[in-house]
Amino acid sequence: MTRAGRLRVALVGLLVGLLELACRAGWIDPVAVIPPTRMVAGAWRLLASGQYTKDILLTLSNVAIACVLAVASGFAGGWLLYKLPRLRRAADPLLASYYSVPTFIFYPLFIVLFGLNRWPLVAIGFVFAVVAMMLSTLQGFERVPRVLRRTARAMRLSTTQEMIHVVLPACAPHLFTGVKLAIVYAFIGVIAGEFVLSGAGFGFQVAFAYNSFDNPTMYGLMLLLLGFVGGLNMLLYSWERRMYLRRGGR
Amino acid sequence: MEAGRASSPWLDKALLAVALMAVWQLLSTLAGPEVLTTPLATVRRLAQLMAGPDFGRHAAETATAFVVALVIALAGGLLLGVGLGANRLCGEVAEPLLVGLYSIPKITLYPVVLLLFGLGMSAKIAFGAIHGIIPVVLFTMNAVRNIPRAYLRAGHSMRLTRRQMFVHVLVPASLPEIVTGFRLGFSLTLLGTLIGEMFASQRGIGYLLIKSMENNDIDIIVALALLLVSLATAASWLLLGLERRLHGRFAR
Repeated sequence: MTRAGRLRVALVGLLVGLLELACRAGWIDPVAVIPPTRMVAGAWRLLASGQYTKDILLTLSNVAIACVLAVASGFAGGWLLYKLPRLRRAADPLLASYYSVPTFIFYPLFIVLFGLNRWPLVAIGFVFAVVAMMLSTLQGFERVPRVLRRTARAMRLSTTQEMIHVVLPACAPHLFTGVKLAIVYAFIGVIAGEFVLSGAGFGFQVAFAYNSFDNPTMYGLMLLLLGFVGGLNMLLYSWERRMYLRRGGR
Repeated sequence: MEAGRASSPWLDKALLAVALMAVWQLLSTLAGPEVLTTPLATVRRLAQLMAGPDFGRHAAETATAFVVALVIALAGGLLLGVGLGANRLCGEVAEPLLVGLYSIPKITLYPVVLLLFGLGMSAKIAFGAIHGIIPVVLFTMNAVRNIPRAYLRAGHSMRLTRRQMFVHVLVPASLPEIVTGFRLGFSLTLLGTLIGEMFASQRGIGYLLIKSMENNDIDIIVALALLLVSLATAASWLLLGLERRLHGRFAR
């Protein structure tokens, strides 16, 4: 581990320790925050009891479906924007402001459209994730070095060959970034939707525990969720870094 | 740059707006106007909402919370970002943590924010600022870190004072990227403030949204969404224009 990595672990450990101390000493109202050790105990109890397994699996499968759909159509959309630069320039402000509106306000609309099942939530995750994938794809296509395209043409590659052997590998890191963002945003969308209006799933259970003042369960669920999403992210982030470094960029 | 092309950006934007309206109209015809309100009916509903007695109060509440959160996010993000960017080790320690914070669904943290700040203004502001500050920190940090050493050496060899160095070298070199961070921070602060209002408040646009979600008033939701999208898009347009001018002026 690098020096920065060691320091990071120490810093996080110190913060958690301080929180533990502050909670145990009563500096923080126990109604607001419970000590981290009790959060961990709560999380373990939830996992062991198996009571929430169904909700967890429901949320994960929703996220997975939303993600796959978003990656596929985001890729297509990014390619379309790349091919139509006029459309792209006109849509720029719209795309830039896309994430400032909480998309899950359209949940009731999706419920009317899709019925009261998992699809409205999938739709929210999809709507949240698709634009991130689109923008990353666009960026990837735009940053393929000219010299590569010219070389491909000099070697008389067909359009398909150029796409498969030159363009896609060249923009692979950006596509990976897009997939990473799509996963993150799909999580945010699905969980937010479950939070607001839903009868099952991870987000719903957190909201339910909050409303019934069940702090150990609430913090346990939160810890599980944030730990899972955070861990997944760290993994994807370190892959991504390695990918970009290998290109000699950044 | 594709100079010499006769397409005006304004025309393209107008065309896009018209096309989006057409798609919207088509969708609402297909789904039925009671499922998705038509564009015309939405504009009318919005005008009616805005003329209502309470709307000004709600809008002012949201605007206040948003502005305060934005100031906190931008000022705090700038300070933290410059500090972390100037010190290599601190930056390396903090960056993955910040990226991690950036990507977790912060909406799950709302119970904690509520329990810490209580219902009302401060919870909304905290929620907005939490969402907005991280991109500002990340972009500022990278902007400061990526200032080419050659600039600094050139500045030193010209014996610039600290002040001159700051005004003529450091700010111009890092400004374009910082503005990009500000733009993202702006969007996310708005998102955070609205989410905060949805759960932690009895006033504001976010509260109107959650109330109409619960009552299934699709027409109000669509009208408010139109308002928010228009405002956010206008702001992004301005900031994008600023960003482009800065990038052009200080192009490396």
